[in-house]
Amino acid sequence: MVEYEAKKLLEKYGVPLPQGGLATTPREAHEVARNLKPPYAVKAQVPVSGRGKAGGILFASSPEEVEELASRLLGARIKGFTVKAVLVEERVQVKRELYFGITVSRAYQTYVAIASQEGGVDVEEVAERAPEKVMTLRLDPWLGLQPHHARLLAKFMGYGGDALLALEGMFQSIYRAGMDYDAELIEVNPLAETVDGKFVALDARMIVDDNALFRHPELQTKRYEDLSPEEVEAAKHDMSYVDLDGDVGVICNGAGLTMATLDLINLFGGRPANFLDIGGGASSERVATALRMVLLKPKVKAALINILGGITRCDEVAKGILDTLRSISVRKPLVIRLVGTNEEEGRRMLAEAGIHVMESMEEAVKKVVEIARRGH
Amino acid sequence: MGVLVDKNTKVVVQGITGRQGQFHTKLMLEYGTKVVAGVTPGRGGQAVHGVPVYDTVAEAVEEHGAEASIIFVPAPFAASAALEALESGIKVLVIITEHVPVRDTIKVVSYAKRVGATVIGPNTPGIIVPGECKIGIMPSHVFKPGSVGIVSRSGTLSYEIAASLTRSSLGQSACVGIGGDPVVGMSFVDALRLFEEDPHTEAVVMVGEIGGNLEELAAEHIAKEGYPKPVVAFIAGRVAPPEKRMGHAGAIVMSRTGSAESKISALRSAGVEVAEKPSDIALLLRKLLRA
Repeated sequence: MVEYEAKKLLEKYGVPLPQGGLATTPREAHEVARNLKPPYAVKAQVPVSGRGKAGGILFASSPEEVEELASRLLGARIKGFTVKAVLVEERVQVKRELYFGITVSRAYQTYVAIASQEGGVDVEEVAERAPEKVMTLRLDPWLGLQPHHARLLAKFMGYGGDALLALEGMFQSIYRAGMDYDAELIEVNPLAETVDGKFVALDARMIVDDNALFRHPELQTKRYEDLSPEEVEAAKHDMSYVDLDGDVGVICNGAGLTMATLDLINLFGGRPANFLDIGGGASSERVATALRMVLLKPKVKAALINILGGITRCDEVAKGILDTLRSISVRKPLVIRLVGTNEEEGRRMLAEAGIHVMESMEEAVKKVVEIARRGH
Repeated sequence: MGVLVDKNTKVVVQGITGRQGQFHTKLMLEYGTKVVAGVTPGRGGQAVHGVPVYDTVAEAVEEHGAEASIIFVPAPFAASAALEALESGIKVLVIITEHVPVRDTIKVVSYAKRVGATVIGPNTPGIIVPGECKIGIMPSHVFKPGSVGIVSRSGTLSYEIAASLTRSSLGQSACVGIGGDPVVGMSFVDALRLFEEDPHTEAVVMVGEIGGNLEELAAEHIAKEGYPKPVVAFIAGRVAPPEKRMGHAGAIVMSRTGSAESKISALRSAGVEVAEKPSDIALLLRKLLRA
């Protein structure tokens, strides 16, 4: 989710924000600025942190200048993402920058609230450099962030009086927004104390748990937003793909076995071209989709299929391989290791087509690495 | 005598009438697991492979004394099924379901701690005590009874390793999959404690992967407690690029945590032998068990 979307959501929960509006053309940016008080901030909307340093946040003093900066940002690439929109805001006079966020702690198996006396930078970096400036509070998911938890964190940031109460409300609103939308992470960074003693969310970021999208139909369109076209194609077939820069194509079942296979290729001196986990119980169609994806990649010189069948059936895998070889004309060396459920049937099917099947994963990896190195 | 569960453990299957539930109920029964009941709301009174089906877990506990549950319920309803089991007094809960929202898992794990129950998973193949019972979906032919305890974050990789141990005549006391999600009930440390208490386990194999810091916490535990049994580890994902999920929701290297190097060096400094490749695990175990 980009800043603008996270902010729109926080606004619904009553979190104070700078005045501003979204623009997708320089002209629109000009219009937005005319309805705001100068000076202005023009911010590229890309779903990554650290965009300030990458030149994605610029400042202007007139609507004309806003228009010019917007035309510079729109269409530019920042940290690998094309800028499709900019957020034009009134520039806030900041006295102090803080950090507040809620995230999942894998070690504590629960949510944690994190407050930092220093904001505007990566909170993990602050925690490493100056741990005394960061407070992490473990939350009981059945109790949530109680008002006294919020006050404890505000107090830690160094506030009392009305400021303490203002932060209490703000932290609770952020927490509620995060939980209501199944956020793995919701953070306001920097959370700014303004020169007139108010608190505003200068920047906000939110990562929603993909697995919870069924509860948020309005966010369904976000499902594949950060994925490459190949990753989307794989995900639509219940597979998982990651592109790598080598020349040995890989098709495997199970995340751990796939990772271990890539590691072995590397250990034996080869370079994997991809991670492709076809998951459990793959049909012959899924296997065929996977094999086509890998063989049709120009950089792939040779491919390895490494299947250890549990709920995946070797005969289905064999059928998928044969169907693919019948349907595409690309021919590249293929090393196949196939063991487990219905292994005999799978081997027989492939043997009839003149395809040799191996039993040992390590032997198969050695062989494919050697073929890729020789080039045939 | 098993680890956490054995041939006498009475098991209820939640989601027994679904395709997966039916299929694996049959395989678990064939392996010798005491599957005493199934639960599917609205299907009470039916039977699956001779196992009576109830509408609620409470009935399965009352009628048959079910102590453990295995959940095949689809992700949107998995947490509710888990909480029902825990409230009904189930003490060992295996959640096979993949794609459970993390908010739901966190609530289940927190509640389980409160009532003193063990949660294995979600997104796990379950647990097998070779020769006694399996509460899971693993292919049973790769395992054989013995004295090596295996704990793994990954299903197929643990089968690969178990098969290679079995080929080398190193049987297993139990193999437990803790699951591939970012938040899981049982940790490596919990599994190490179980294997420490089990008199039949002589050595432990820990199969980790990139993402999170459960492996580092296990290394800390081993060093601090002076873990009494030899441990061999294997960590998958050395060549994984950062910020990319490698199949498992939990297998992701973030900017500062979760790399294979961090895990391997933590384990090595705790005195754990880390295998370079899966086939080395059997060799390292032989060496350690002789010593």
